Amino acid sequence: MSEVTENAGRLDAVAPAIELIGISKAFGPVQANKDISMTVAKGAIHGIVGENGAGKSTLMSILYGFYKADKGSVKIDGAPTVISDSHDAIAAGIGMVHQHFMLVENFTVLENVILGAEDGATLGSSRRRARKELKELADEYELDVNPDAVIEDISVGFQQRVEILKALYRQAEILILDEPTGVLTPDEADHLFRILRNLKEQGKTIVIITHKLREIMDVTDSVSVMRRGEMTKTIATATTSPEDLAEAMVGRRVLLEVDKKPAVVGETVMEVRDLSVTDIHGVKKLKHVSLELKRGEILGIAGVAGNGQSELLEVISGIGAATSGEVLMHGESIDVSKHANAQLRRHRGISHVPEDRHQRGLVMPFMTWENTAFGYHNEPEYSGKFGLANQKYMLEDARGKMERFDIRPVIPTLVAHHFSGGNQQKIVLAREIERNPDVLLIGQPTRGVDIGAIEFIHQQIVNLRDAGKAILLVSVELDEIQALSDRILVMFDGVIQGERMPEDTNEGELGLLMAGVDPEAQS
Amino acid sequence: MNKNLPKWVDLGLIPLLTLFLAFAVSGLVVMSIGQNPIEVVRVMIQGAFNPFGIGHTLYFTTNFIFTGLAVAVAFHARLFNIGGEGQAGIAGVGVTLIMLSVDWPHWTVALVAGTVAAMAFGAAWAAIPAYLQAKRGSHIVITTIMFNLIATAVVGYLLVGPLQAEGSLPESPKFPDGAALPTLHDILGVVGIEFDRFAPVNISFFLALIAALLVWILIWKTRLGYEMRAFGHSERAAVYAGISPMKITMVAMLISGALSGMMAVNTVQGEAERLVLGAVEGAGFIGIAVALMGRSHPVGVLLAAFLFGILTQGGAELQFALGIPAQMITVIQALIIMFTGSLENMVRIPLEKIFLNTGKRGQA
Repeated sequence: MSEVTENAGRLDAVAPAIELIGISKAFGPVQANKDISMTVAKGAIHGIVGENGAGKSTLMSILYGFYKADKGSVKIDGAPTVISDSHDAIAAGIGMVHQHFMLVENFTVLENVILGAEDGATLGSSRRRARKELKELADEYELDVNPDAVIEDISVGFQQRVEILKALYRQAEILILDEPTGVLTPDEADHLFRILRNLKEQGKTIVIITHKLREIMDVTDSVSVMRRGEMTKTIATATTSPEDLAEAMVGRRVLLEVDKKPAVVGETVMEVRDLSVTDIHGVKKLKHVSLELKRGEILGIAGVAGNGQSELLEVISGIGAATSGEVLMHGESIDVSKHANAQLRRHRGISHVPEDRHQRGLVMPFMTWENTAFGYHNEPEYSGKFGLANQKYMLEDARGKMERFDIRPVIPTLVAHHFSGGNQQKIVLAREIERNPDVLLIGQPTRGVDIGAIEFIHQQIVNLRDAGKAILLVSVELDEIQALSDRILVMFDGVIQGERMPEDTNEGELGLLMAGVDPEAQS
Repeated sequence: MNKNLPKWVDLGLIPLLTLFLAFAVSGLVVMSIGQNPIEVVRVMIQGAFNPFGIGHTLYFTTNFIFTGLAVAVAFHARLFNIGGEGQAGIAGVGVTLIMLSVDWPHWTVALVAGTVAAMAFGAAWAAIPAYLQAKRGSHIVITTIMFNLIATAVVGYLLVGPLQAEGSLPESPKFPDGAALPTLHDILGVVGIEFDRFAPVNISFFLALIAALLVWILIWKTRLGYEMRAFGHSERAAVYAGISPMKITMVAMLISGALSGMMAVNTVQGEAERLVLGAVEGAGFIGIAVALMGRSHPVGVLLAAFLFGILTQGGAELQFALGIPAQMITVIQALIIMFTGSLENMVRIPLEKIFLNTGKRGQA
């Protein structure tokens, strides 16, 4: 009898799964979260969108106990809850799937799942229990993973499932996913969304942090928009549109499409012939890749990260060595052996905006004037007498580049890591584009870049194309490939899986190619 | 995370506070052997700065400037050269060989020759670990430690064998008179200033100051220094920019070894005027502490070297005046190294909280 009334009482007022009340958090002078209140209903999929640095990750980190809020409180299922570390979060039924997976690479799936949740001094009983439970979870949520597979042998899509399984194994009722589709093929992303809908049906609550507006529209029930540490809008997904969300994120109307004229394609500038790369472990990263790059075109290379695109860029730019094959520039062969030097590539008219601007494109503790000459620092204009650097000119040059590329604040002595992602990328772009190269290699041009800057960066790439230059674009963002490319190559497992013209293809077809399936061969 | 702290906190307050902590703990240690810490400090300061002591303090400072700069230069290229001890030892052999081979007409020629020999031998001793690191990936920390041991053995062998002077002492013959470097007494005498006649500090002190200036220019004003710093921050970025890791590793270590080696000009040529056993006296290791405390900046290195010079000389005085064992001063030096080197975060994190008001608990 008493049990019934208790249940009835709980059903009467279904408390929201998550309630954040007046959360504020400052890092020094930066107010990362300003008085944020948010409610997520039980059993809902809730999206949080916002540009980089808008405070999404900080907010979720507070919920997961990584940061302590300066002000405000948290209620889970209606009960005030203090979460001061991840143990508290797990105890409160919160699980988090980080953007960068927290898995032990050389452990099996099973070992990763029980890691930190072992019971007893020996692992036998934990293993048996986990194996049984994984089986049940797999059946229930389409979360099939071989429990004995080693993490480094399985794809990122499966690794992500392991992260979800880890959370569910720890009895998570609330699941937070930070940029979950960044590393997935469209197909894998669809599967993820099916899993999420299943979880929702079972009454789990899901929060997704993303910058992809289409995903928000596809999968969420409600969405919150953050801008500069504030929550500007929370709305039912059905009543909004991508354009409205983008405007709420940036604070102004944004062009989501790229504005470009048809390409005027000229003669071949660069030719890649039969290029192969085998890494030090003997793994073939690039298998007999051939392609031609012409003046005035943007050649887009689509593919999930890790399918050979990085190696292709590295060989052409003189960073990595090819095992066999050759690269011709204006019909002349260039050195692709391990003796290749990236500075000589630049003399050949090849500029490179690398995929990883933090590790490669910029020296983060360097000042802007040091970064705007990086790689060109031995060019005569930057060189003074006796091996000294011409700092006066480097400063002036940096200031000019900052003004022309709208890099703010215009302080050439500011260190790179003080700039936002978009401004950092513009520093690299300014340096490489202003060299007026014949070929621009550009990897992930807008990764971690805010929407406002994306518009600018895309425009710069298109302008360079219109000036008759050849551009090789590598991106894992299919939208970006489709929007910018004049021709698309899809890479899978080190080979070029197919070539398509953007006007004759669609996301479904490209997605299949990215997964290694040839749709034409199938039909 | 030091990127956001004001410069005066990062470069001034933190070293001072860590130093203060080190001294506070040292005070407790001193009290535990029944001595009055205030008296100990008085004796040390007095011992280091009295007219006799200062000549020794500056002599030790000279050594530490060279070895400190050596560690600092390598550190900018993220190479941890802890082989200063061996490089300086072998440089001593180089200085000895050249000094004994010619009857030097004038000290100026001998200084240039001694410096070149010291640099060449020090650099050569650093070149082998550098090459092994650059080509084979053998960790430079391990190889330089091993090379310290080998150097000690080599010097020991030479001093009881080929280089031994007549007699039973393990030391080389005395250098010709023309090789003797002017002491600070001689130099200041020219401008009419009285300085202790027996103080070992010599013209190498000025050589050390010049070396500090040149290191500053190298690191912050030249393209080579720029490439070294880029490589030190990110090897991947360096490769992207066309900077050869092999070249930078070699060049940085050669410069570092040469700087360590220059210490031999001070000790072997300037002071002993012969090669004796244990001429380096641990200065190679103190150089690591000096570079850490000086944050790999030449000005910081100068200040830290002076501090360690004071400690060394003041410590000797402690032994003399109060009968405190020499090991005690080693304990104090060790405490300073520990606090400035590895316990810095104990001071840094609270200061960051105060200045930046962060309550960071982990990585996001």
